[in-house]
Amino acid sequence: MALDKATVARIATLARIRVAEDELEPLAAELSGILDWVEQLMAVETDNVPPMTSVAEMTLPMRDDIVTDGDRQEAVLANAPRTGRGFFAVPKVVE
Amino acid sequence: MALSQLTDLTLAGARDGLRARQFSARELAAAHNAAVERIKPLNAFITATPEKALEMAAASDARLAKGEAGALEGIPLAIKDLFCTRGVLTTAASHILDGFKPPYESTVTEKLWAAGAVMLGKTNLDEFAMGSSNTTSYYGPVENPWRRQSNDGRGDNRPLVPGGSSGGSAAAVAAHAALGATGTDTGGSIRQPASFCGIVGLKPTYGRCSRWGVVAFASSLDHPGPMTRTVRDAAIMLGAMAGHDPRDSTSAPLPVPDYEKALSGDIRGLRIGIPKEYRVDGMADEIENLWQSGIAWLRDAGAEPVEISLPATQYALPAYYVIAPAEASSNLARYDGVRFGLRVDGDSLADMYEKTRAAGFGAEVRRRVLIGAYVLSAGYYDAYYLKAQRVRTLIARDFAAAFERCDCILTPTAPSAAFAIGEKADDPVAMYLNDVFTVPADLAGLPAVSVPAGLSDGLPLGLQIIGRAFDEETVLRVGAVLESAAAFTHLPSFIADPRGSG
Repeated sequence: MALDKATVARIATLARIRVAEDELEPLAAELSGILDWVEQLMAVETDNVPPMTSVAEMTLPMRDDIVTDGDRQEAVLANAPRTGRGFFAVPKVVE
Repeated sequence: MALSQLTDLTLAGARDGLRARQFSARELAAAHNAAVERIKPLNAFITATPEKALEMAAASDARLAKGEAGALEGIPLAIKDLFCTRGVLTTAASHILDGFKPPYESTVTEKLWAAGAVMLGKTNLDEFAMGSSNTTSYYGPVENPWRRQSNDGRGDNRPLVPGGSSGGSAAAVAAHAALGATGTDTGGSIRQPASFCGIVGLKPTYGRCSRWGVVAFASSLDHPGPMTRTVRDAAIMLGAMAGHDPRDSTSAPLPVPDYEKALSGDIRGLRIGIPKEYRVDGMADEIENLWQSGIAWLRDAGAEPVEISLPATQYALPAYYVIAPAEASSNLARYDGVRFGLRVDGDSLADMYEKTRAAGFGAEVRRRVLIGAYVLSAGYYDAYYLKAQRVRTLIARDFAAAFERCDCILTPTAPSAAFAIGEKADDPVAMYLNDVFTVPADLAGLPAVSVPAGLSDGLPLGLQIIGRAFDEETVLRVGAVLESAAAFTHLPSFIADPRGSG
């Protein structure tokens, strides 16, 4: 499966990673190489095989829907690159 | 006791020596702090925490004096820098986690400290645990303490990779700078570096050790586990790491057995599965020969080798390289420059995200996030992601069928010994092939151990035992028999000598 430049640019946008124009071509070749190798999966007969959803044979546990944590504003914000008035600060998103 | 003797002890030997008051936990910690300092040229640690080690050791001495010693009381350990440690820099070897000091402790490390263990520092790894050579770290590659060159100066003396992703942990343990280390195994990241560095690496069953507080790579594949110099040490360390954790919904609510007790040495009558499909094309003679030796050793100990078939195994690697990047692209979405780590300013929120992630992720991480985003995107989800998960079901079924005929499985750990730093760097697929023997047990969530079993061209090679889910006891028991039959006593050329010469 060969990826073209436009496809790489599209998935880079989906992944929110800026990729410079001159990197798109080499990256497309690299990713295509990996996908070509992955193609061998298509040879496996899987018509009646369910996709694995859980590696361990167990049902996920239920718990009471109650608050068990919280009131840690300082700890939550401690690693943020920028904060203001007790919030995470980001570039303006509303004009 | 001389400092170098303290760092040459096994974990079990140090535990017994501490309890017998032959030396103090502070002396043991000081010897290991010095060893961590001596192995700096290997770049195995991202952060050393010598003061913390001494402080924890002093507390251990107090508990030892009161007769309140935990299972790992006073034992100095290295922690892979993927485990969150409260107030101590945690990087995942990525630029994007610059300066991150977690306000919480991972469950596994919390359990280790509760058992009395002492933290020496945080070890280097491939960025976000993505790699098989520890060359993708933002903090630079780790060097394997082993070299091909013999003492007479013959042979290739290029620096070698320690394997990956838990390369720093493997190098630190092999070079006698820690009695044990934590690792994580997603596609082989405990077992392959253990093989490359001549140590023991155990990947427990999925759900045996909590993933809470471990920086996530691929959540359905990430397995924390111990890396040590002996199988007994791995058994002791696993006992302290394992156990149910309500904070990880996939953690198994099962009691933790006494793994050390499982090392009875008696494997008579056990059926050892030998998968015929693992004879991959072009397998090196020394790997094949070592595997045959392993079969003979277990047979001599009274076990019965039986041929088994794992036909879907040949598709394990490509399935893995769809599933792991898919989960990674989702897990790594959290690195956005808002809540922690690196931020590169931009004109808008989206611009800030894109610039931060471009600057923060290395080439291999970017590659996998993009592959993951692609296989999960509209129109390709069924063709790639669901297909790979169906193949994964087949791989798990193969193992289930095999375990009707055998009690555990013997294979090589890796298709080669350690290679030079920089080799295979330009071909991602060639690098991925390192994990050909280890990935299947990750996909099926089964416990597996790598035990050093021989040398090739002066470099260690491991053999792997894979067991039934939650049967780490058989894996460890057979691993210990393999270990004593192989009698692997070789040492790497670089051993930390805390007296100063090494």
